[in-house]
Amino acid sequence: MRFAVIQFPASNCDQDAVHALRHCFAQDADLVWHKDTDLRGADAVIVPGGFSYGDYLRCGAIARFSPVMAAVQRFAAEGGHVLGICNGFQVLCESGLLPGALIRNRSLQFRCEHIHLRTVTPNSPFTRATPAERILRIPIAHGEGCFFADEPTLARLRANNQVLWEYCDAQGRVTDDANPNGSIQNIAGICNETRNVAGLMPHPERACEAILGSDHGRSIFEGLLATLRERAVPAAPVPAAIAA
Amino acid sequence: MKAKIIITPKKAVLDPQGKTVQNALEHMGYSGIQGVHVGKYLEIDLAPGSDREAARKALDEASHRFLSNPIIEDYRLEIVD
Repeated sequence: MRFAVIQFPASNCDQDAVHALRHCFAQDADLVWHKDTDLRGADAVIVPGGFSYGDYLRCGAIARFSPVMAAVQRFAAEGGHVLGICNGFQVLCESGLLPGALIRNRSLQFRCEHIHLRTVTPNSPFTRATPAERILRIPIAHGEGCFFADEPTLARLRANNQVLWEYCDAQGRVTDDANPNGSIQNIAGICNETRNVAGLMPHPERACEAILGSDHGRSIFEGLLATLRERAVPAAPVPAAIAA
Repeated sequence: MKAKIIITPKKAVLDPQGKTVQNALEHMGYSGIQGVHVGKYLEIDLAPGSDREAARKALDEASHRFLSNPIIEDYRLEIVD
């Protein structure tokens, strides 16, 4: 599969995403510059972490208007799969591809550590390959990862099962102590209504190899890859003998 | 002519920065403070001869689309000479 990894000025997890896709999953991964207007036939898009445009104004606010994002918007509208990680999640929220917003951490601290994630539903390309009982241990690195949405939006997210990941403790309990940034209802990641666009603050691409301290991020990419492979296989033609 | 835009966090949104500044003010002995909200201030210089109403309309749109995020922020726009 071909992945487009979007590169904004001051993206800094773009190479991590490319590394994970190429070396851990043997996929094609191309960097696509923010001024490009073409995703070059990509099967999926990763909007990576970093500090696009220096996080000026608001995280993701300027990146959202870069030329490449118009192509990402079209790609998503046509059912293409898009995963936003950390700053990429912020960009997707700013662009309206995902609901809600990410604001300054409750502690005002930049948090850089491994946290635990509970997968709320297997019903998405991004969560389908994660066993229900497995608690993911994945790093975070952000100062503005506190997810916020108003009450009607939250109710809609829950009603449509769009919350994909919640911060929890090592035993899977969703507690306030396990919430690293003050996100409302411990929400760490969500998807859109059509479930082809997802975003999360933790970094699964930095957790795909045991040597990095965790390979729990793998199942997120494995699920996405399984979905992409299914989409790529055209419906088998009915043999003439049966059709007749 | 200038546009002045003041952006503040919505009341329903967690504002840890405002809370921390408030705590510090109280700690310093400034009493009677009920709340602090830390926002942003933008000053935009307009080209000489700009039409005031056209500028207001354009910047109101820009404030809504770009300069503020309506999910978490409110803004106030003012055009001054």
